[in-house]
Amino acid sequence: MATDIRVKEIEGIRPGLRKSSLMRQSLRRLMHNKLAVAGFAVVVLMFVLCFIGPFFSPYTDNKINMAFMNKPPSLKHWLGTDALGRDILTRVMQAGRISLTVGLASMLLSVFLGSLLGAIAGYYGGLLDQIIMRIADLLMTIPGLPLLFIFGALLSEWKIPTDYRMYIVMLMLSIVNWPGLARMVRGQMLSLREREFMQAAVVLGLRDRRKLLHHLLPNIVPLLIVMATLNIGGAILSESVLSFFGLGVMPPTPTWGNMIDAANNILDFQNRPWLWIPPGLSIFATVIAINIFGDGLRDVLDPKQKR
Amino acid sequence: MSEALLEVKHLKKYFPVKQGLLGRTAGHVKAVDDVSITLRPGETFGLVGESGSGKSTVGRTILRLTDKTDGEVRFKGTDIHSLSAAEMRLIRPQMQLIFQDPYSALNPRIRIGDAIGEALLDHGLCTKAEVRSLVLEALEACGLSAYHIDRFPHEFSGGQRQRIGIARALILNPDLIVADEPVSALDVSIQAQIINLFSRLQQSKGLAYLFISHDLSVVEHLCTSIGVMYLGSIVETATRDELFLHPLHPYTKALLSAVPVPVPRLKRERIVLTGDIPSPANPPSGCKFHTRCPFALEVCKAEIPLLRDAGAGHLVACHLA
Amino acid sequence: MEPVMNIDGLSTEFFTEEGTVRAVDNVSFKIGRGETVCIVGESGCGKSVTAMSVMGLVEEPGGRVTGGRIGFQGEDLLRLDKNSLRSIRGHEIAMIFQEPMSSLNPVMKIGEQIMEPLSVHLKMNKKQARSRAIELITQVGISRPEQIMGSYPHELSGGMLQRIMIAIAVSCSPKLLIADEPTTALDVTIQAQILDLLRGLKEDSGMSILLITHDLGVVAEMADYVIVMYSGQIVEEGGVVELFQNPQHPYTRGLLKSKPVMGQRLEELYSIPGQVPSPLALTPSCYFHDRCGHCMPVCRTRQPLLKETGNGQKVSCWLYEEAELYV
Repeated sequence: MATDIRVKEIEGIRPGLRKSSLMRQSLRRLMHNKLAVAGFAVVVLMFVLCFIGPFFSPYTDNKINMAFMNKPPSLKHWLGTDALGRDILTRVMQAGRISLTVGLASMLLSVFLGSLLGAIAGYYGGLLDQIIMRIADLLMTIPGLPLLFIFGALLSEWKIPTDYRMYIVMLMLSIVNWPGLARMVRGQMLSLREREFMQAAVVLGLRDRRKLLHHLLPNIVPLLIVMATLNIGGAILSESVLSFFGLGVMPPTPTWGNMIDAANNILDFQNRPWLWIPPGLSIFATVIAINIFGDGLRDVLDPKQKR
Repeated sequence: MSEALLEVKHLKKYFPVKQGLLGRTAGHVKAVDDVSITLRPGETFGLVGESGSGKSTVGRTILRLTDKTDGEVRFKGTDIHSLSAAEMRLIRPQMQLIFQDPYSALNPRIRIGDAIGEALLDHGLCTKAEVRSLVLEALEACGLSAYHIDRFPHEFSGGQRQRIGIARALILNPDLIVADEPVSALDVSIQAQIINLFSRLQQSKGLAYLFISHDLSVVEHLCTSIGVMYLGSIVETATRDELFLHPLHPYTKALLSAVPVPVPRLKRERIVLTGDIPSPANPPSGCKFHTRCPFALEVCKAEIPLLRDAGAGHLVACHLA
Repeated sequence: MEPVMNIDGLSTEFFTEEGTVRAVDNVSFKIGRGETVCIVGESGCGKSVTAMSVMGLVEEPGGRVTGGRIGFQGEDLLRLDKNSLRSIRGHEIAMIFQEPMSSLNPVMKIGEQIMEPLSVHLKMNKKQARSRAIELITQVGISRPEQIMGSYPHELSGGMLQRIMIAIAVSCSPKLLIADEPTTALDVTIQAQILDLLRGLKEDSGMSILLITHDLGVVAEMADYVIVMYSGQIVEEGGVVELFQNPQHPYTRGLLKSKPVMGQRLEELYSIPGQVPSPLALTPSCYFHDRCGHCMPVCRTRQPLLKETGNGQKVSCWLYEEAELYV
């Protein structure tokens, strides 16, 4: 530990040798983390496969072909076909589009909600802080999954059209996810507000808007990036779970979750592994890759959180 | 004699001590207890004291970074603690603060040029087109180079960061600069550079400084008059020459004799104080210094000595002097 | 007389993301019995790293002692195994730091922390350790030792804690006490107390002190022998009186001149221009050349060696090597 301090001291006296932006420095350090780079590569690969792949497929996801029911993988159908003769590979890719979009979009929404509400609570404090944080606490006291189940069941009850369900699922996931983020951002705000450079901003007589947007926000961005990344993985998982239980996006629109659900009987499970292994593996690989990448990001952007 | 730029009268700042579950106020830390200072344009007032003496709190209350408990802070005749937040914001450029730790006072994610120029823009004191040249001018005045403008704080050494802090204050053309231990975090050779920068800027711009420091040799070099603080109160205040040549308060004498002088084997008469500085939450009765004073009498324990004139504006609060 | 410690060619490197930093570069000096040696220099000059290297506190993967010898009682501390080093550390060589608070365990009572080394190194039983601890606390000038024994670090002031640290350090009667900026975090009046205490302890026990400081005033008050470091190297050393009266290296002179001294009124302070060079960008040269008023061509291209200049002083500067100047 003592050596750490010295190294910092030595770095401290190093006069700037070259012009470099903070982001570029972080990127350089990220490149040194092999595992994180691999994770990022897998995520990119998944996105490319899912969004570009289907264009190269001779099949469409919902084209039913009774002549090719439940066929094992072959040269014609690389990952086989399902009970309605649909090409599994095409469906996995199409499902990926939905799952990744849901994950990404719900992340964006929850980061937006969480950081906005958290920043307001942390910066202004007082009654506003109390109200926002009590709502957040309330949402956090209810376990996420049961809450999502209730929402999902309500959706089915109200007979929401399948096309809209995807958007509503995104919204549901964001509502469950923002409180954690808000709490984190608020904590960060509270500690930043006490930092000396914020005192300096007061002495300079800067406006609130400038203090918030130019001084506080940039200091929260690294944390947000890390949280957002890790959040995508969680959202994808939650969406899959919902869809698996038939409470998320409905068939025939494929998602990784409802594709596994389709193989949810002992016969398919034992005899036709090509039905559930590809979507299962997709979920697994994507989520793990995102989490590894997110951990790498955290080590680079937010060194204090490092173990 | 010109009009006073800053007049602090009987300033008090008490921090409540909360206790128990309900946060009941159990007492007060009298961080600043009846401090009066007058500062004219172009002068430097040195505020000297050890940690816990309340000297930094004086600086922060003068700048209204914390609210006062009682008393008055008049800047150019205006009682700044009675201003509204918006009015206060407008007057802020005229009274600036230099921090002890220049690194923590700079936002790590803001480039130096932006950090120095942003207040100008925010106050509408110049246009976007002008700001760069003004920043360059300020950088140069503080001994930095033009190519530093796009760098981040972590790329600078301690001395350079303090220059940045000074440039940031200077660009606003302030009349008063409160410098809170501005050189104590710096190395000796860099300290001298910054001290010289302070005096040069004062000469060229007619700045007034409130210079807060624990280092008597630095204060002697820079200040025109000096106040010595102990546990929230000024115990002695005089012009520089008066104070250093004829210190009257035993605490001042002890402080002066405790400063190590870089002359080996020097035989000095030394007043070594015993014990620690008492807690400001629970200050001693009577003269606050009596617990450590080598000359304390019975009267010191019972009666609070008042600040009285010992001739030629030399004020001292001691029963013996 | 045999010196207590004999450091020869000590080099310590740190590994940073930007490259390897040689924080201590071929440093040699001796500490005599009962002598106070002061290493003075600015931050980053390697003075603290020197002390840490002696104590074996430079640990991989952050950094490593890459060369040299630290002779202590006929043995080389750099080649000792962990166990023997541990028995020397805290027993025969003790160390106190700038921040006493961070070197004390916040959840352990002061008494236990003083008694610990007594039972570990001196194998005292509880009763003996306790009475010795009380003795030590009294010795470092604290009244009511019993009460202090039962209190926790956060209940005491910085000056008190530094006294406690000193009590722990001298508890096993070390031959050498290394003090790394022991008074930097303290107020002047408390600093005066601590310096007096250290001087008194040294006189009573005859231990040697290696004092690391940036304050020339403290050096003048404490030192018998002074070592001035710059960028990891010794640039000048000598007896305290000689060095202050007749500083030879331009850096030493600049340092002495740039400190404001009470009673000396100057219009402007002398200041050394520029700043310490980056430890990553050092080339074979005098590391001080770009800040030096006497810089010559040779200073930019070759490193001067530490040479005796009479009066017991040593200096590493081309100004004092006329013979070789025009080679």
